[in-house]
Amino acid sequence: MAKILILGATSSIAQSTAQKLAENGHDLILTSRNTEDLNTLKRDLSIRHQIDVKLKPFDALDFDHHEAFFSNVVEETGGLDGILLMYGAMADQKVAETDFEASRQMIDVNYTSAVSILNIAANYFEKKRHGIICAVSSVAGDRGRKSNYIYGSTKAGLSTYMEGLRNRLHEKGVQVMTVKPGMVDTKMTYGVVKDSPLLADPDKVGKDIADGIQKKKDVLYTPWFWLIIMLVIKLIPEKLFKRMNL
Amino acid sequence: MLSKPVKQALSGWGQYPVESCYVYRPEMIKELQTLLSERDGSFISYGVGRSYGDTALNKGGNVIRMDRFNHFLDFNEETGMLTCESGVLLEEIIDVFLPRGFYLPVTPGTKFVTVGGAIANDVHGKNLHKDGTFSEYVQSFELLTANGEVLLCSREENADVFWATVGGIGLTGIILTATFQLIRVESAYIDVTYERARNIDEAFEKFIAHDDDYKYSVAWIDCLASGDSLGRSVLMRGDHAKREDLPASIMEPLKPANKLKATMPIHAPSFVLNHWSIAAFNELYYTVNKDADKIVEQSSFFHPLDSINDWNKLYGKKGFVQYQAVFPKNENPKAGITKMLEMLSKKKTASFLAVLKSSGPANDGLLSFPMEGYTLALDIPLKDDSLFPFLRELDELVVSHGGRVYLAKDSSLPQDTFRKMYPKWEEFLTVKRKVDPNDRFSSSMSRRLGLTD
Repeated sequence: MAKILILGATSSIAQSTAQKLAENGHDLILTSRNTEDLNTLKRDLSIRHQIDVKLKPFDALDFDHHEAFFSNVVEETGGLDGILLMYGAMADQKVAETDFEASRQMIDVNYTSAVSILNIAANYFEKKRHGIICAVSSVAGDRGRKSNYIYGSTKAGLSTYMEGLRNRLHEKGVQVMTVKPGMVDTKMTYGVVKDSPLLADPDKVGKDIADGIQKKKDVLYTPWFWLIIMLVIKLIPEKLFKRMNL
Repeated sequence: MLSKPVKQALSGWGQYPVESCYVYRPEMIKELQTLLSERDGSFISYGVGRSYGDTALNKGGNVIRMDRFNHFLDFNEETGMLTCESGVLLEEIIDVFLPRGFYLPVTPGTKFVTVGGAIANDVHGKNLHKDGTFSEYVQSFELLTANGEVLLCSREENADVFWATVGGIGLTGIILTATFQLIRVESAYIDVTYERARNIDEAFEKFIAHDDDYKYSVAWIDCLASGDSLGRSVLMRGDHAKREDLPASIMEPLKPANKLKATMPIHAPSFVLNHWSIAAFNELYYTVNKDADKIVEQSSFFHPLDSINDWNKLYGKKGFVQYQAVFPKNENPKAGITKMLEMLSKKKTASFLAVLKSSGPANDGLLSFPMEGYTLALDIPLKDDSLFPFLRELDELVVSHGGRVYLAKDSSLPQDTFRKMYPKWEEFLTVKRKVDPNDRFSSSMSRRLGLTD
C-alpha cells in the first residue's frame, strides 16, 4: 500500500487510473485547479474502495508555489510514495499556428510545469531512494505531423525529460514511467474522432497504467498496439514521411 | 466549452426502431445546463440503451448519454441508504455492495440498466407481487428541468413532479442523482423452488396458493404449447438464502459469481429462430426442469441473459419487439392471459420467451406500469411488418381486460390505445407542462403517444 499523488485527477484517464489504484488498496491525494469538481470523485472512491482520499488545489502554471505545494503534501501525508502527472492541454493546431498564446499555453502546461513540479518530486524521491514518478505523455510526441506537431512537440519534450529522469534515478531505486496513450474515448475526442477501432476506453488505459506501475514498466504504450503502430511510423524515412498526409 | 454531438443511428435493445439522432455525452452538470440553454431542439436522456423500443430515442433531435455520470455520492452502512449519480449501473451496485451484505431492493431481468433509467421506467423485478417497483425504495432524486434548475423531488417535496418522473420516460427532465434504499442480505445466493405446471390452470392455481410464501416468483411459459398443454410452465420461486442454508463448499457467502461471459459475435441468421427451433428449445426446457429445490447464485437467477454479451443479436438484424401486458385482478386476468396464449400459439409467432408474474398494487406514478393482477411478457422476433397488426390485436385484448402494456418495452403502441391504458395521461401532461412548458424534453415515443408535439 502506497500514498500516491495524482496531478490533474478530473480527466477520464485519471479517474479510471485512480479507481484501479484504489482497488489495489493505495491511498490517494487528488489535485485539480478546482477541488470542488474533485469532490464527486473523492466520494465515489471512498465509498467503492473504503480508502482515504485527500483533495488539494494545484495550479500547474503557478510555478512559484510548486515547492510549497509539494512539501505541504509530503508533510500532511507523512511521506509520499508516488506522483502521477495526468493533466495536459491540447489546442487546435490551426489556431496554435497563428496564435502564439495558444501554443504557449500548451508548452507551459504540458512541458514547463511538468519540469517544475517533477524536478521537485525527483529530488524528494532521490533522497528517499524509493518512489514512483509517472507522467502521461502521448504517442503524438513520437513523431511530428502537420496535424498536431505543436501539441506533439510539447509531449516529445516531456517524454525526453522523463527518459533522462529515468536514467538519473534508476540507480536510486526510483521508478520513472512514461505513459504514451493513443486515442482515448474522452471529452477531448468525443465528437472529434469518429467511431474508430483504435479509440480506447479510458478504463482500459487506467488499468494499463495501474498495472504498469505494479510491473515497474519504463515506457508504457496503451493500448499495447500503439507500440507496433509507432514503431512502424518511426521507421518511415523522413524523405517519405514529409510527403505524407498524417 | 460546449460539448459536440455525434450524429448516429441509434436503437434500443430490441434493435427496432433505428433512428438518426444527435448524441451528446456530457460529464458535468454545468455542461448539461449549457446544452439546455444554448442548443436548439428537443432532448431526451439515454442511459445505456437497455429500454427495448424508442423510449430513449429522439429522431432528428438530441440524445444525452448519461453514462459518464456514474459516481457514488453517499452510503450509510447502518441504514443501507445509497445516493449516487443517475448513470450508475445496477451491476456496479451489486458488485460494490453485495460483498458488504446489501442488495438491490428491486432488480429487473438485466443488471445493465442505469439508476436513472430504473426510475424513469419505474422498473420491476421478480418481487413485483411482494415489494412493488423500484420507485418504492426511492427516497428522493434531483431533476434538472428545462430551465436549468435542479429540483429535489420526493414524496414530500415537489411530490407532483416526483410522481410524474417515476415511470415518466424522461419527459420531465434529466434525473441527476437519486437516493434509495438497499436491502440487507446474508448471501449472494437464492434458494429457489422449481415446480412444473402442466397447463395455465395449474399455473394459476399454484400462483394463487403459494405466491405469498416467496419473495421472488416468476413462471416461464412454453407459449407454443396448445390444447390441454396450453400455458404449461416452470414456476421458479425463491428467497435470499440465509447463511445457514448454504452448502459448506461455499467459502465466501457474499461474493458475487465470477464474470465469465460469452459474446454473441454477429447477428444470427433469420432462420435460426423459427417455430421448430423454438418449440424444440421449449420442449427441452420443460423436460429438463424437474420439480426441485436449488441454491443458485443471484445473477443466474435474476439476470440469466446477462452472461451473453449482445444476446439481442440472437434475433437477427431486424431485431425483435418486447410486449409486456398487465391484466388486473378484478377483470378475470386468467381469461385474458389464456386468450393471449391461444393467439400466440395459433399465430405461431414464435415467442422465444414468455414470462408470467403476479403484480402487486399500482403506485402513484402517473405513467407507472404495474397494477394488481398478472403480467405476461413476450419477446417476438421481428420478421416482417405483419407483426404489427397482430400486436394491435393483442392491445385490444389487453384494453378489453382493463390492462395496459409496459412503455419501457413498447415500440408501436398507438396514441388512442395508450390513452385508454394510461388514464392518468392528462394529469401527467399538467405536471409536464408546469416543469417543461416548451417541450424541451421529447422523444420518438412521446411524440408517437401524443405526449409531446
